[in-house]
Amino acid sequence: MANQVSTAHGESTPPGLRGVVSDWSADKQAFPVPWGKAMMWIFLLSDTFIFTCFLTGYMNVRISTTVPWPNPSEIFSLDIAGKHIPMILIAIMTMVLITSSGTMAMAVNFGYRRNRANTAALMLMTAGFGATFVAMQAFEWTKLIVEGARPWGNPWGAPQFGSCFFMITGFHGLHVSAGVIYLTVVANRVWRGFYDRKGSYETVEIAGLYWHFVDLVWVFIFALFYLW
Amino acid sequence: MDQVAVPEHAVAEPAAAEPHAEGQQHPIRVYLVIWALLFVFSTFSYLVDYFHFHGALRWALIILFMLLKAGCIVAIFMHMAWERLALKFAILVPPVFLLILIGLMAVEGDYTFLTRLTSFLR
Repeated sequence: MANQVSTAHGESTPPGLRGVVSDWSADKQAFPVPWGKAMMWIFLLSDTFIFTCFLTGYMNVRISTTVPWPNPSEIFSLDIAGKHIPMILIAIMTMVLITSSGTMAMAVNFGYRRNRANTAALMLMTAGFGATFVAMQAFEWTKLIVEGARPWGNPWGAPQFGSCFFMITGFHGLHVSAGVIYLTVVANRVWRGFYDRKGSYETVEIAGLYWHFVDLVWVFIFALFYLW
Repeated sequence: MDQVAVPEHAVAEPAAAEPHAEGQQHPIRVYLVIWALLFVFSTFSYLVDYFHFHGALRWALIILFMLLKAGCIVAIFMHMAWERLALKFAILVPPVFLLILIGLMAVEGDYTFLTRLTSFLR
């Protein structure tokens, strides 16, 4: 738990529950973080509700269908070097996204250490891993579409599978793609010394929050859609 | 933009307490440990599928690893562990209400399933 925090005006506020009361009631800024960070958190909260609605909708149609649900373990298997490996593509995608989350965390750390070159390089690496993830997702979509998966039906079982799959992974892929662009823009600014002149690297941490959230959503999709 | 003092990390080791440390600064080791843990948990959840676990054990393991990974990401990578309680409450409490939606939709899905069985599958 955080210790005593002193605000811009020098007064100190208590930690814990007492701190919640004083933060909310003292006629001052409630969250002692940069406004961009608070806003990003609130955006991510709203995004949480969107993805939960998708996953809840998926749960609902999966419970209510009388046709057997397709077996994701089989559908997402690949034959590599003559060996049949279940779910391997999704496992690799998961690892790529976790790797990118780690490089992003490092970028934030180096940003606060004012290490311009390392921050920019690690952010570009993160964006690179993100682009790799999207490319593998494009491959996955192509494979499924060629095999006959459609939003209204598929050869393996309950027709709701297709609509859930394209909706949920599509929306997540869109978030990853947007994140790749976002990170590239911020990395470019880092590289040109924009945040050194501004005197603060908080934008890197805010971009990091978005990127970690994209990874977080994948954790839930991986568990609930692919493994369930 | 006036400079707002950021919470000093009480949890982190003193190694991070460099003079004039700015923003969320923690030892790199913390990130590396969490990073490694995420790989381990992901591998475990993949192995649940690979070894064809079934039934309650499968669901329990999947949910367990999912929540462990989510916790690591939110607490450490997103720095929630070091934020003030007011921000934690504002961001983490609203999603709890989503459990009501999930519960209602599970009941509704069950009901729809039973209705389909009795009325549409003759």
